[in-house]
Amino acid sequence: MLGYYFVLALYSLKRNRVMTALMIVAIAIGIGASMTMITVLHVMSGDPLPGRSAQLYVPAIDPYPISKDAPKVASKDTTPDGAMTWPDAMYLLHAARADRQAAMAGGSVPVQPMQDTQRPFFESGHYVSADFFAMFGTPFRAGSGWTAQDDEAHARVAVLSAELDRKLFGNALGIGRTVRLKDTDFRVVGVLGPWHPQPLFYAQIDDRSFGHDDQFFLPLATAQELKLPFDGRMSCWSNGGDARNSDHCTWLQFWVQLDSAAKARAYRVFLANYWRDQQAHGRFQRPVDARLYDLMDWLTLQRVIPDDLRLQLWLALGFLGVCMVNIVGLLLAKFLRRSGEISVRRALGARRRDIFLQLGIESSVIGLAGGMLGLAIAQLGLWSVRQRPDGYAQLAQMDLAMLSATFALAVLASLLAGLLPAWRACRIAPAMQLKTQ
Amino acid sequence: MSLPPIAAALTRHRLTALLLIAQVSLTCAIVCNVAFMIVHRVTQLGLASGVAENELVMIDSTDLDSRTPPLVRHDTDLAALRAIGGVSSAAAVDTLPLYLREWANGITLVQDGPTRAVAAAFNGTPGELATLGLKLVEGRDFRPDEYVPIDTAHDWAGIDRVPAVIVTRALAQRLFPGQDALGKSIYPDEKPVRIVGVVDHLLRPRLHDESDSEYVTLFPMLPDANEVTYVLRTSPQDRDRVLKEATDALLRLDGERIVRHAQTFTQLRADYFRRNRTMIGLLIAAALGLLFVTALGIAGLASFWVQQRKRSIGIRRAVGATRRDILRYFQTENFLIVSTGVVLGSILAYALNMALMAHYEQPRLPVLYPVIGAIALWLLGQLAVFGPALRAAAVPPVAAVRSG
Repeated sequence: MLGYYFVLALYSLKRNRVMTALMIVAIAIGIGASMTMITVLHVMSGDPLPGRSAQLYVPAIDPYPISKDAPKVASKDTTPDGAMTWPDAMYLLHAARADRQAAMAGGSVPVQPMQDTQRPFFESGHYVSADFFAMFGTPFRAGSGWTAQDDEAHARVAVLSAELDRKLFGNALGIGRTVRLKDTDFRVVGVLGPWHPQPLFYAQIDDRSFGHDDQFFLPLATAQELKLPFDGRMSCWSNGGDARNSDHCTWLQFWVQLDSAAKARAYRVFLANYWRDQQAHGRFQRPVDARLYDLMDWLTLQRVIPDDLRLQLWLALGFLGVCMVNIVGLLLAKFLRRSGEISVRRALGARRRDIFLQLGIESSVIGLAGGMLGLAIAQLGLWSVRQRPDGYAQLAQMDLAMLSATFALAVLASLLAGLLPAWRACRIAPAMQLKTQ
Repeated sequence: MSLPPIAAALTRHRLTALLLIAQVSLTCAIVCNVAFMIVHRVTQLGLASGVAENELVMIDSTDLDSRTPPLVRHDTDLAALRAIGGVSSAAAVDTLPLYLREWANGITLVQDGPTRAVAAAFNGTPGELATLGLKLVEGRDFRPDEYVPIDTAHDWAGIDRVPAVIVTRALAQRLFPGQDALGKSIYPDEKPVRIVGVVDHLLRPRLHDESDSEYVTLFPMLPDANEVTYVLRTSPQDRDRVLKEATDALLRLDGERIVRHAQTFTQLRADYFRRNRTMIGLLIAAALGLLFVTALGIAGLASFWVQQRKRSIGIRRAVGATRRDILRYFQTENFLIVSTGVVLGSILAYALNMALMAHYEQPRLPVLYPVIGAIALWLLGQLAVFGPALRAAAVPPVAAVRSG
């Protein structure tokens, strides 16, 4: 019977060829566009550090004075950016109340290759404290990070990415060799294995958060001593002294690892106490509001996914919605036009569920065809996203989960589109229709 | 033709009509907001930077050898750059419009007073105004004795020693509404600085929102960091050659440096707005797609209805209705449906706008958009229904006695 209904459906669809084709194309574009954007947002909101992210937190304290500034500036400051001043970060680092903690800042420096044939070039990396590597579980191809003693001693040591190591030393590992950054020699103590957290969660979140890797890591204290160039936002609310050492400029990121919820609670209390303590010294004038964000919450809060992409998703879903309403309307009108035929079948003994099944199959054919085409359009859409110059572009790939989600969406859309018209049409009473004809 | 019978006939197709109304209103709501976004973004694309865009090229240079003082090196470099054929002027600057590298100061009118505006600072060597092609509308350019180094090594302390500033007209109006800003003092930091000139337009390095995109201060401060940007003015057709020669000249003077980001201002601008252009394309495609789907829905539904009503049309024709009456009937019916749709759609458009305002810093939707949206949908509806309506009008009276 199903096979017969399928053949009937094809006949019926063939009768309005153009209309059928347009319906299929409309639903296909809706599904294709939606799935493109859902996939892009899905890959971008993935966990950059699976297995570890739940124990990683950003402590947010707010050293800004009670704002004398215009409301515009104040309103932008309501979302904490997690940036800290040097004294605050050093206090938290040395207090060592978390299982692990690290202070860090981004920077790009000129790298001077040892061979004269190569020209110097810029690379970007991070100045970090010793726990960074253990806390984030960075894989090492060779060597290791440095110790807290190295931090204290402002050691001239460096950890390189596999890529920079290859660029500088070829196939021979650079462990123990020297790399000249800006105008200082550093000894390579570690070379990372492949490590590409997406987004680069530990850095300041901006439009470069995707598609960038750090090529080197240096001790933060050493970079501070050598005044290596710092990359990123620095906000000051007063002057005097060296901005990077001062207690009135925020520019450092700080991460802690807390292995249990109880420890997280205790750490929050510790932060609040620090805040109160600083208030006694005339700093941290704002009401005490110490916060702790876990990694995934932090990424959401910092809007790591650009607003434009969210907007594109809503646009695609809106388009799909209009297409669906459109198809429901058209199918309904089409089925009701066949009222005569349906009531004859009903009069000949067809049950309501037979009519429902028959018409349901007809609309499913449209939905499925649209879904298949939609899948192809989604692949095309993702291809076009990959051509964008943005860092997230290369992530735009459909995995198995997304593939099945697309299929599910197509089936769901077709069922929804067919359900209402088929239900309405199967309620046509046999006698009435015959009489009016 | 009176409306009540048409409305009464529509109640026989309640569900279908409601679906069409829903579709029209959804389309109206989305298209209004999308059109608003398109206009907003196109306006951004067209923002005048205030500089001679077609004549500027720039190049970043970073010293690796810290033996030569930056100020001396910049003079040597600039002399070499000015000697390149076709270069009419050159300056060393710390940033440019749309250059992303921004140093901004909260400007106050009294010491430690409330911040009136957060303005981006532009610093450069003498001749910066002429090189960029800025238009002074009031006052004068800086005098040679007013220049001081930025003092990058000490947190840009030059800002407390600089005697003069040139501001944009937008900033002048923000700081001194209705007054003449010339000769007045502002506090970009601790010390007062006198406004000696006002330029017409200058866009900041990083755009935030429309209101403050031209809040810019120009200081007579000499860049003295290891990294500097050289900007050269030349004729449009010489730009590529000048860029190449400039790179060579800089490396010839001293190989101990990194020269990068050699580009024309036109390229810089295109790069800055690339995402915006992609987004505009997507928005336009979405709006057109929605309108097309809606037109398709209207035309499709109308043609099904025409087929369904063939007999009643025949009866009406048989009892004296003209072709024109039938045509009018379908057109009026469509008008009724679309009108209901756009009224609901306008309300929905504002609801959508409110949601966007809450999440995306979108401004309020001007009334003009729903009005234009309504007119567009009416026209679209009439256009879409015209074909089916013509077919309806062509139904002969004899259809009354034929079945189905």
